[in-house]
Amino acid sequence: MKADPHGVLTGTHFIDGDHACCEGALAAGARFAAGYPITPSTEVVERFAARVPTVGGSFIQMEDELAASIALQGGVWGGAKAFTVTSGPGFSLMMEHIGYAAMTETPCVFVDVQRGGPSTGLPTLPAQADMMQARWGSHGDYEIIALCPNSPQECFDLTIKAFNLAEEFRVPVMFMMDEVVGHMTEKVVIPRADEIEVVPRKHTKKSVENYLPYGTNGDMVPEMAHAGEGYKFHVTGLTHDERGYPNMTPQTQDKLVRRLQNKIRSAEDRICLFEEDRLEDADVVVVSYGITSRVAQRAIDMGRSRGLKVGKLRLITAWPFPEKKIAELAGRVKAFVVPELNLGQMVREVERAAAGKAKTFAVSHAGGGVHNPEEILNAIVEANRC
Amino acid sequence: MAKGRVSIVVERCKACGFCVEFCPTHVLALSSAFNSKGYHPPHVVHPEKCSGCDLCGMYCPDFAIYGTKAADAKKEAAAQKATGGEK
Amino acid sequence: MLNVLDDDTMNPVEPFLRSDRMPHIWCPGCGIGTTVNCFTRALIESKVDLESLALVSGIGCTGRVAGYVKLDSFHTTHGRAIPFATGLKMANPNLNVVVYSGDGDLSAIGGNHLIHAARRNIDLKVICVNNLIYAMTGGQTAPTTPGHATTSTNPYGTFEPAFNLPALVDAAGAVYVARWTTFHVRQLARSISEAFAKKGFSFIEVISPCPTLYQRRNKMGDGLDTMKYYKEKSKVKNGAPTGEVGLTLNGEIAVGKFVDRDRPDYQTMMRAQYVETLGDRYLGDTSNAEVETECVCG
Repeated sequence: MKADPHGVLTGTHFIDGDHACCEGALAAGARFAAGYPITPSTEVVERFAARVPTVGGSFIQMEDELAASIALQGGVWGGAKAFTVTSGPGFSLMMEHIGYAAMTETPCVFVDVQRGGPSTGLPTLPAQADMMQARWGSHGDYEIIALCPNSPQECFDLTIKAFNLAEEFRVPVMFMMDEVVGHMTEKVVIPRADEIEVVPRKHTKKSVENYLPYGTNGDMVPEMAHAGEGYKFHVTGLTHDERGYPNMTPQTQDKLVRRLQNKIRSAEDRICLFEEDRLEDADVVVVSYGITSRVAQRAIDMGRSRGLKVGKLRLITAWPFPEKKIAELAGRVKAFVVPELNLGQMVREVERAAAGKAKTFAVSHAGGGVHNPEEILNAIVEANRC
Repeated sequence: MAKGRVSIVVERCKACGFCVEFCPTHVLALSSAFNSKGYHPPHVVHPEKCSGCDLCGMYCPDFAIYGTKAADAKKEAAAQKATGGEK
Repeated sequence: MLNVLDDDTMNPVEPFLRSDRMPHIWCPGCGIGTTVNCFTRALIESKVDLESLALVSGIGCTGRVAGYVKLDSFHTTHGRAIPFATGLKMANPNLNVVVYSGDGDLSAIGGNHLIHAARRNIDLKVICVNNLIYAMTGGQTAPTTPGHATTSTNPYGTFEPAFNLPALVDAAGAVYVARWTTFHVRQLARSISEAFAKKGFSFIEVISPCPTLYQRRNKMGDGLDTMKYYKEKSKVKNGAPTGEVGLTLNGEIAVGKFVDRDRPDYQTMMRAQYVETLGDRYLGDTSNAEVETECVCG
């Protein structure tokens, strides 16, 4: 369906990534947010607080991230599309509730504008060191989807994508920005509402008697109902059966968590988005995401101008990790170069998926700034010698 | 005829004794019978004293007993017949 | 299976129960089931529309209430029932939202959310079953455990002062504060009805036995002995200053309606503010989009 025009600020804007993300959420149909201030993410909800009363919706600043991360889920079950924004320390606090969203299959978006860590770290400076946490931060077996924008324009476009994926798969989606993308100001074009595709809530059409809150019709994603519609359903974080009732047996556990995993894994091909550049003849592939991909692009161009056959694979979807793409490339390239604003996180996935068929070179950076293109170029040159 | 009567769901009872203690007219006592979990459920020893106040029902933590007023019971029965008995 | 007997009567609580999940897990002599009876009587008495009622609980023995009642119910994370309930209410202001949880869940891990929701006067009806202990996990000290009680984490006796919950929520701004015990079934039902008739943050504390842990470790007998103690040692003190209603081990239990005042609830204040500052530009607090989904209910 098309976006609700109330939330679409059609036009050409000069805004930063945080602001663009807020506009993306509104365009996607988000009408409730619960937030807590944390640099460098706060502008997203500050803008939402200013915008949403004139769009038709509400915002509440909660007393901490624990409250924000669960209040937004109450909002979802009350019928709204909802999200929150945070950075490292808040992301850590939200982990239990990310798990709750995964377990109860609550469609929602968590925006993490990554900054230097660990702990209080570098509040105003970038990093990409929450990538593994986005995937594994909560306890237990569950899957999430994570997207990485690399420009304010993508902060708009991909936020809509994040909400759409959340609704389609009834899963919490991690929107992994970083401080540079969040605070850089660029041109952002917001189209007309009727040019924006929005995925509606997968709401059940079954009668009260026939509705099973966690029953599936073979597509692994149950239909949802909202509080106040007469379905009188139960939602719990305990291991549950198709009625939503707690059922704490190994059999129910196996059935439930495997479905939570498979509903994402089986759709990997559809979920995994990436951008390719000059991979056809590449000997070396630079795998990057977020702000680092902008620097990597310069390094790749420099490499090509020196005659190196280097190509780009930019991860737009970081999770589920595009294993098949890496495995396929590993069969025909010499090496991967993986620059990240961390001491080696997604590079481990690249290495794993490459399964030794190609070498992997990490270009790590502890955060606080971005790479120099020369650092990445040097790694490309070294990788090329394999 | 008693003003009320008590209905007991024997299998739910855990013999906490609340109903026996707090019935204002001492209608109930714990029986010597067992339910399948080994608890002694209450039984009615003074049916004529039941007023149907349903204090037993309000106290019972296991939803295993309740009182109804005799007039209500008759009304319910009539209502059941009228709606075809489906609950 | 609504009517478990052959006769033509029905327990008033039965239509509110997920009968297919009976019997419940609560121990013999536990008072939580008693509070559920009072809750359902209040629902009947207040003629609350059950279709627009949502019940939110946290983790603990009382938290299991959500799974046993036939309502839109949400068993959330430890301590976070109140913020979840806040989100529900914000997204659908037409819902009547009840938070039903225990003393540890609401006042320890959930303490921060308790005081902020009271401060904001979020329109929630909070039923706090206080058994003075963390029961589900085996009887650890709670912020409400009276001094000198024995628990599994204070095996030599507690030495901390306990929270006086009515005073806490009163100071934070709650508009309705009452305390009863599971002995006071009629008064409890009435208080819950009164809370439904009010807009704003209502808090009803119910002192309840935990015979398996708290009572047993403190040599207080079983559930029935405890109920008799409640009957004997409770004193109705309607309107008492909440600072004076703290509990002690084996001491007097002040019960009654302590606070009943009026001030605008959070959403009323929010809307008023937006209308005043934005005028016609304010489009309301829920989505204006055409209904994105259809549902066939009932």
